[in-house]
Amino acid sequence: MKLHKILSLGAIGATLVAGTASAEVDDIRIGVDVPYEPMEYRTPAGELTGFDIDLGNALCAEIGIDCEWVVQGWDGIIPGLMARKYDAIMSSMTINEQRREQVLFSEPYITPPSAWFAPADVELGTLSEETLEGMTIGVQRGTLQDNYATDMYGDVADVNRYATADDMVLDMDSGRLDAVFLDFPIGKSTLLDSDAGDYKVVGEMITEPKEYFGEGFGMAFRQRDQELAEAFNEALAELKENGTYDEIHAEYFGN
Amino acid sequence: MEALTSQLEALLADNSIFTLQTLGYYGEGLVTTVQLVFLSLVIGLVMAIPLAIGRGSRHRWINLPIFLYCYVFRGTPLLVQLYLIYYGVVFIEGIQDTWLWAILEKPFVPALIAFTLNTAAYTTEIFRGAIKATPRGEIEAARAYGMSHRLMLRRIVLPSAFRRALPAYGNEVIFMLHASAIASVVTIMDLTGAARFVYARFYAPFDAFLFVAAIYLCLTFTVLFLFRYLERRLLAHLKPAGG
Repeated sequence: MKLHKILSLGAIGATLVAGTASAEVDDIRIGVDVPYEPMEYRTPAGELTGFDIDLGNALCAEIGIDCEWVVQGWDGIIPGLMARKYDAIMSSMTINEQRREQVLFSEPYITPPSAWFAPADVELGTLSEETLEGMTIGVQRGTLQDNYATDMYGDVADVNRYATADDMVLDMDSGRLDAVFLDFPIGKSTLLDSDAGDYKVVGEMITEPKEYFGEGFGMAFRQRDQELAEAFNEALAELKENGTYDEIHAEYFGN
Repeated sequence: MEALTSQLEALLADNSIFTLQTLGYYGEGLVTTVQLVFLSLVIGLVMAIPLAIGRGSRHRWINLPIFLYCYVFRGTPLLVQLYLIYYGVVFIEGIQDTWLWAILEKPFVPALIAFTLNTAAYTTEIFRGAIKATPRGEIEAARAYGMSHRLMLRRIVLPSAFRRALPAYGNEVIFMLHASAIASVVTIMDLTGAARFVYARFYAPFDAFLFVAAIYLCLTFTVLFLFRYLERRLLAHLKPAGG
């Protein structure tokens, strides 16, 4: 808590703290698997960028350490952490129990939201069992959105399940679907950005309840690195408070 | 009914995958599959009879289009035909405003059309072969009796062709039942669609697909039994003597 307070003191304070912080926490390397747009990917020039990268760099700056990114394929990303190829993972990793047995997670830094999308001319208002009565809604088969929509609205609406998001978008274009329920980033890039004006988001971003949408993405550390995880948790709380987090979030996900 | 439901519920109490809800999906899937296959077979059969007769016609302008139709529908995968009919039609400009859209909007009719056209093409070829294999003597005898072409078809050629075609047609029925498993790619919740749903939901491929495989086996057994019975009745004259 003491560290947390000193950190907000300002520029001079920050240089001062950098000395103290690095006494507790050394410079680290962070493992990441690219590409997974918009979370982590490369610019045409080959530089790493994305929500994770920007947030990770901001967190490191907040703590006052230097962070180096190490690119590592997904299937070896936890073994790489154990083998000390890097000291943390920040790569859209969903927090779950199986992984918790192996690694130490930070607080979730984002829960990828899901959202309802509908053609611009469809009036849905607020989503409920009444407004969706008799509607045909599309989901991708086997996704958490499928589970959620089936349990919540499966009795009143027709749930059409698709193998790929492309098939679903095609059926929405043709007018077969009244609404689809998708990962927000995917829906944004396939429906909002490419067919500007034809589609809209209906209602709020949905990230609750947790048994459907999970606990979100977290940074992963080795079990013994409690202090490191603690430092990142504090830095995250600070960035959320001072608005830096919202800026980065808005850059990649809009408002 | 209520007592039965609660009994079933108690029976399934410690089963996390096969709950009343998932069994409901399988049940609806069974109804959808049987409807789809039965309707497409019946319509396909009705279409195939005149087509098979026309296929044997000496007139090129009757013969050739039917040949082309059979060639195209037997020469391309059913999955591709289904995709074309379900997803392809939406690219016809303005189709959403016509009455056609009312029937093409839901996936059932497009799938029914694809299955019907496909099975009609195969059945046409099966019947054509059977008609062609009519013994020369039967036709000569019919002519000798002074039968017209039409009467000869109705009384001599078609009845014996149907009998000859029966085993091959039984195969086609079973193939059609199994081919219907692709209906779930256009969002129809048929038997396979239900299995894929349960699989994706519980990450339990063995339970989901073994169960559905067992249902398909039962359906196939029913079809086999039916055709055995028909063959025994209608092809009795072809059995080995004393058998």
